[in-house]
Amino acid sequence: MHKILRARSGFAPLNLRELWQYRDLIYFFTWRDILVRYKQTVIGVLWAVLRPFLTMVIFTFVFDRLAKVPSGNIPYPVFALGGLLPWQLFANAFSESAGSVVGNAQLVSKVYFPRLIMPVSAIVSSIADFLVAFVMLAILLIVYRVPVSSNIFWLPLFILLCLITALGTGTWFAALYVRYRDIRHMLPFILQMGLYISPVGFPTTMVPERWRFLYSLNPLVGVIDGFRWSLFGGANPIYVPGLVLSIAFSLVILAGGAYYFRNTERQFADII
Amino acid sequence: MPNVLVSARSLGKKYALGQTTFRTLSLRDRITDAFRSAGRSKRPANEFWALREVSFDLHDSEVIGIIGRNGAGKSTLLKIISQITEPTEGEAHLFGRVSSLLEVGVGFHPELSGRENVFLNGAILGMSRAEIRRKFDEIVAFSEVADFIDTPVKRYSSGMYVRLAFAVAAHLEPDVLVVDEVLAVGDIAFQRKCLGKMEDIRKAGRAVLVVSHNMSLVSQLCERVLWLDRGHIVRGGPTREVVAAYMAEGVGGSAEWVPNAPACEAFEFHMVSIESPSPDRVTIAADSGFAIQFDFTVKKPMPAGRLAMLVMAADGTTIFASASTDHATALREPWTMGRQRVQCIVPGHLLVPGQYYVTVSEPSDEYEVIHERVLAFTITEENSLMARDGRRGIVEPLLEWRWEQAS
Repeated sequence: MHKILRARSGFAPLNLRELWQYRDLIYFFTWRDILVRYKQTVIGVLWAVLRPFLTMVIFTFVFDRLAKVPSGNIPYPVFALGGLLPWQLFANAFSESAGSVVGNAQLVSKVYFPRLIMPVSAIVSSIADFLVAFVMLAILLIVYRVPVSSNIFWLPLFILLCLITALGTGTWFAALYVRYRDIRHMLPFILQMGLYISPVGFPTTMVPERWRFLYSLNPLVGVIDGFRWSLFGGANPIYVPGLVLSIAFSLVILAGGAYYFRNTERQFADII
Repeated sequence: MPNVLVSARSLGKKYALGQTTFRTLSLRDRITDAFRSAGRSKRPANEFWALREVSFDLHDSEVIGIIGRNGAGKSTLLKIISQITEPTEGEAHLFGRVSSLLEVGVGFHPELSGRENVFLNGAILGMSRAEIRRKFDEIVAFSEVADFIDTPVKRYSSGMYVRLAFAVAAHLEPDVLVVDEVLAVGDIAFQRKCLGKMEDIRKAGRAVLVVSHNMSLVSQLCERVLWLDRGHIVRGGPTREVVAAYMAEGVGGSAEWVPNAPACEAFEFHMVSIESPSPDRVTIAADSGFAIQFDFTVKKPMPAGRLAMLVMAADGTTIFASASTDHATALREPWTMGRQRVQCIVPGHLLVPGQYYVTVSEPSDEYEVIHERVLAFTITEENSLMARDGRRGIVEPLLEWRWEQAS
């Protein structure tokens, strides 16, 4: 083994091989995050259920009872939860990974490991909450007697799209956060805004036809629509050009985020 | 023919002053309440070479020590070799796996149990899951905390914490181990054990790069030493020669310190110095008192000015801190303008023989600015109680023994 340490300039390759060598560390970071998240909380992992559930109740009140938002052929609470689950998966994964490098500042300045492990394992650890919350969705489907569509086999694809989007935006923000602590104040605002500009509480069909394509620039439009389509089927159609745009755009974000992260990580230890 | 494991060629590292890493935080953690209000020193942003033109080779079966005063660039060098930070110029070639131990228990999570932290810490230091599992029992045995292995480490005493953390690190099997002053912690018996472990590493044909302020440890452990000063290698070679040269030059200490620029308009240090009866002022007999003298000008009235100082042993332990406001004297009153001289008197028969550093604080508008280890002095064995009968202790006060005849 021969490694040369010198001032890097220009493009830093991703080095997926090294990431793979450190896969055990991804596992341990994920495991630590999950363990620590609910230690010393009274109801523990129930929070993973309670958060989407309470949001669903509020949404049902505001969008269904007050605003009379249509939810197609399925009861509104189920419809809302079908959007809330992917949204909260994204929101958790994004904010955890955005904060991951600064949150591990002590490690960054004291020990070497591929820095990308931090945002990546933050993403992985947020899947746990999602899986727990998913059980609640299953229960709700039974209670409301909503038949599950045969499209369900496509669901993993949309979960993957959601995670790719979160990782892309997460790496961008994680790297920016090291230099600009303003990010901490921006994050809650971004998440709040994202909740309203994504079709979480309402169907995408409510967006005027001519704006549909542009609206799909928000990768979560593709994710959430795809989620509902996989779960509830035909009444929640997928707008294909929009989905393609969503996928393309989220891949662009990921490529840009990984590139930016890799090229700024050399300074992390000096400025963190 | 020994193999080269690390080859450093003209390494240099430039920092912009004012970057937060510049001040090590570890001191702030250790410091007493006397300093708690201190912020980080604000200096004008300009460039600073923490390391320049450093070249050396580390071979297998070799332990190299790096010595030098604080701010000499030792930690920066270790950080470059550990891949934590990039050199600004020059390059280092690594031929083998490097593990670094710049802080004991890095990545330990207080909420997790000892067992969980062993796995976490091991993975952070580069061990695989299988490797940790295989060595787990050995690690726990080495740490001597087996009874508490399922207790969250936040309930550990600091000694237990350090032992567990070091036990994990000691079971790494890198080709090169990079260690920064971690042996300064822990009790004597445990330190011995750690030294033995390092010796094992060397015998197994691997190499160690270690930073230390503790000259006796360096002499014991290393064949070769690099002496860094202001980012440059002043001298490198056989331990005995370099350590002797270093002691002759520096250890006696530095009796005076003149700051670069005042931190605020109201206050300006001219000099902080050690005053003692000894000829060079800094080689002080154990029974002899001395003074830390602050020479300064108050340019604007200061309602709540305060001076403070802290005496640290060579291994970094804080022995004591003292502040000008400890006593209800005139120093607690608003300071009047003009040139002033204040002395803090340290009695004899207090410090045990050894080398010490003095950290002082500079009063400023809203916070105090801390200047780390600006003075250094040595307490000799002359008239030392410890030298007289080999007693133990961190201090050796000459206490009064009163005899009252029981009637």
